Amino acid sequence: MTKTTEELLTPVNCNWCTGCGNFGIWTAFKKAAVEKGWDNHNTALVAGIGCHGHILNFLNLSSFEGLHGRAIPVASGIKLANHKLNVFVFTGDGDCLSEGGNHFIHAARRNQNITVILHDNAIYGLTTGQTSPRSPKGFVSKSTPFGNIEEPLNPIQLAMAAGATFVARAYEGDIEHLKEIVIRANAHRGFAVIDVLQPCVTFNKLYTHIFYQENIYKLGREHDASKKPAALQKAMEWGLKKIPVGVIYESKAPSYEEQIPLLKSGSLVSNKIKKRDLTKLFSKYV
Amino acid sequence: MKPFTFSMGGEAGYGIASTSLNFSKLAMRSGYSCYTYLEYPSLIRGGHNVFFTTFSKEKISGPYKTIDFLVALNQETIDRHIENMSKGSMVMHDSAQKLNLPTGKSLHYVDIPFMSLARSLGAILLRDVVALGAAIALLDGDLKILDGIIKEEFAKKGEAAIKRNFEAAQAGFDYAKKYFSLAVKPILTPTKSTKKMIINGNEAVAFGALAGGMQFSAIYPMTPTSNILHVLAPLQEEYKFIYKQPEDEISAINMAIGASFAGARSMVATSGGGFCLMTEAFGLAGMTETPIVVIEGMRGAPATGLPTWTEQGDLRFILHAHQGEFPRIVLAPGDAEEAFHMTMKAFNLADKYQTPVVVLIDKLVCESFQSFAPLDSSKFKIDQGKITYDVIRNYQRYALSSDGISLRAPAGTGNHVMGNSDEHDTYGYSTEEIETRNAQMKKRMTKLTTCAKKELIEPKLYGPKNAELTVVGWGTTKGAVLETLKQLPKVNFLHLNWISPFPADSVAKHLKKAKKIVNVELNYSGQLGGLIAEKTGIKIADNILKFDGRPFFPEELVVELSKRL
Repeated sequence: MTKTTEELLTPVNCNWCTGCGNFGIWTAFKKAAVEKGWDNHNTALVAGIGCHGHILNFLNLSSFEGLHGRAIPVASGIKLANHKLNVFVFTGDGDCLSEGGNHFIHAARRNQNITVILHDNAIYGLTTGQTSPRSPKGFVSKSTPFGNIEEPLNPIQLAMAAGATFVARAYEGDIEHLKEIVIRANAHRGFAVIDVLQPCVTFNKLYTHIFYQENIYKLGREHDASKKPAALQKAMEWGLKKIPVGVIYESKAPSYEEQIPLLKSGSLVSNKIKKRDLTKLFSKYV
Repeated sequence: MKPFTFSMGGEAGYGIASTSLNFSKLAMRSGYSCYTYLEYPSLIRGGHNVFFTTFSKEKISGPYKTIDFLVALNQETIDRHIENMSKGSMVMHDSAQKLNLPTGKSLHYVDIPFMSLARSLGAILLRDVVALGAAIALLDGDLKILDGIIKEEFAKKGEAAIKRNFEAAQAGFDYAKKYFSLAVKPILTPTKSTKKMIINGNEAVAFGALAGGMQFSAIYPMTPTSNILHVLAPLQEEYKFIYKQPEDEISAINMAIGASFAGARSMVATSGGGFCLMTEAFGLAGMTETPIVVIEGMRGAPATGLPTWTEQGDLRFILHAHQGEFPRIVLAPGDAEEAFHMTMKAFNLADKYQTPVVVLIDKLVCESFQSFAPLDSSKFKIDQGKITYDVIRNYQRYALSSDGISLRAPAGTGNHVMGNSDEHDTYGYSTEEIETRNAQMKKRMTKLTTCAKKELIEPKLYGPKNAELTVVGWGTTKGAVLETLKQLPKVNFLHLNWISPFPADSVAKHLKKAKKIVNVELNYSGQLGGLIAEKTGIKIADNILKFDGRPFFPEELVVELSKRL
């Protein structure tokens, strides 16, 4: 049982840029882990490739850093093999929505009980500043020197359309709020997505700390997250002073793992690996 | 007894496959060894399907081209296959279909009204069962054996279905006995023999996975390996494993890696095109030292190629897929029986060497039914290699060791377990330091040397030790070459089914002794020949290569090899 955030530290020095939005996500996650006792017996983390992926080097929790865009299927495999584990995916907007878009929609459709923390900085940071599927129209970057002519994807709408049963947005600078949402997302039984707004202080001069602090607002009690049409309306909101944060949508549906009869008696890996006797099966083939 | 080939051809979608398999089962239960080869297009209905069941009292290991008894359910069957009929052989047809039957060849045409007989029983779909009944009569088979097979096949569909099929077979049988009693040949007369089972390579792989302790499989459908998932999916509850249909092959292999990281024995199965998508994570398994078993069933390529036909074009692909270098174990079983044993073994090898293991088969092995003595796994033992479920102080997933293998702990055991696709230190933390990189690279590659020392099974030499001509081949060509050897006693055959690590010493030893060598492969460039040259320095100048999607047949190999004697 993890008791202090110090226990979660590793010998590796953090290498994100000063002021990077990843710090807030890292801090909020550590706080949530301490509060809920996530440790190496009950938790596994998966990340893709991008600045976000380095987080695994800074957390003393079992983890798998996979390939660009492929974090979600690795997490799916872990969860199917041992559904008793809390499984978290750290992924970036390029990782999750560009290279890994197919995995994202299908995992949402399956309603697998995993939590996806989407580090959304609307740019490719690790490859030094190209346009991402989250970059707004007109965005000037190394890959779009004349301005981006594509519309950005809305991960909230996409997740909801694909069947995710918990969809939230948070700003990484509000660590307490993000921590609460991470805890709620993990407690939710089903596919949970948290779109975490985070600045890339080095390459994205548009979505800065100040921009987010000035333009987000917290969803209040008047927002009923259980109503999908209203939640979709909310999901479409984006603009100056009009970026909602909080739980946008939450519904109850059986998770994928809950629907596998075999897993009712325990996790797949709780069955010892053994040679199977096929005498009975072979009788059909003689 | 000379091998006898029974063939049935017609439009796809009329149950020719199951009827032909029933014929094979009947031949097996009547005491014969059999091999059933099928040809079909990449369509569900309307294309041309043909099945060839070759049987004999002696063991039959491969497909034959020459047909001794043909059931023609459409004109195309006549047009395509009449040239391959043996002299004096029988062609069964229904004159109501008004097929254009060539004269001049010494063929014996037998007119059975299977259409009207089927119609009188209420279902035109029964026509191939009527034909089967008639064929059994003409070959002196025992219809009671077929009744038993029908009973088992339709057990779930109920008494009515069983009765309908019984009656259809009986109608054909009676008609043939009544009108063609003089044409009956004692070919399928029941004879005593040892107990056998009949399976194809896909079933063998599925059984090998079950026996080998597989717990998780993610398989996206693709010819010719889809049948593996068809066998596995209904058995998940009973044998306590998960089969998952993923969104694509990329997801399949990443899921398998995730499941393995959490401690489940995991596999994927696909064809060359699906493996293209898997190559990215194939190397991820190598880098993160995650055990997985990959089944690759080759078909005509590149791109969509010849989806329902065979080829051995992926040898080099499997050996080099993914950027950079990592240890991979590649096995190439030559038939269903070898596929069963090698799949079981693949799971042990993956665990012991903590790296991906490929079982490389092809459409012929995947889909050809062959009779064997019942598969025996009694000598097989689960071996997970270096693994712990305990909490280890200062656990290091990638600790250095002389054999290259570190102690594996699944995630969730309480250890801090890191899988990292970046180069990493002994704990798994990312690093780019020279010393660590060199140490980890050497550690990973050492595993292949360890595997070669401890596991490698030498290629088998079939036929006489001293031969005029030595045939070299790998995987699927085994069957046709073994059949060819029956006719050419001065030829022997070196069959490779371990491709990586490569058995260089043993191959070199055999080839240096050989008087003349010919390399036989189902691809354009002689990929094994190239590999042998690379690994042993022995360049084989003489090749018999084929890449038209059809397997080798003993008839053509006898001609080709005889030229060299």
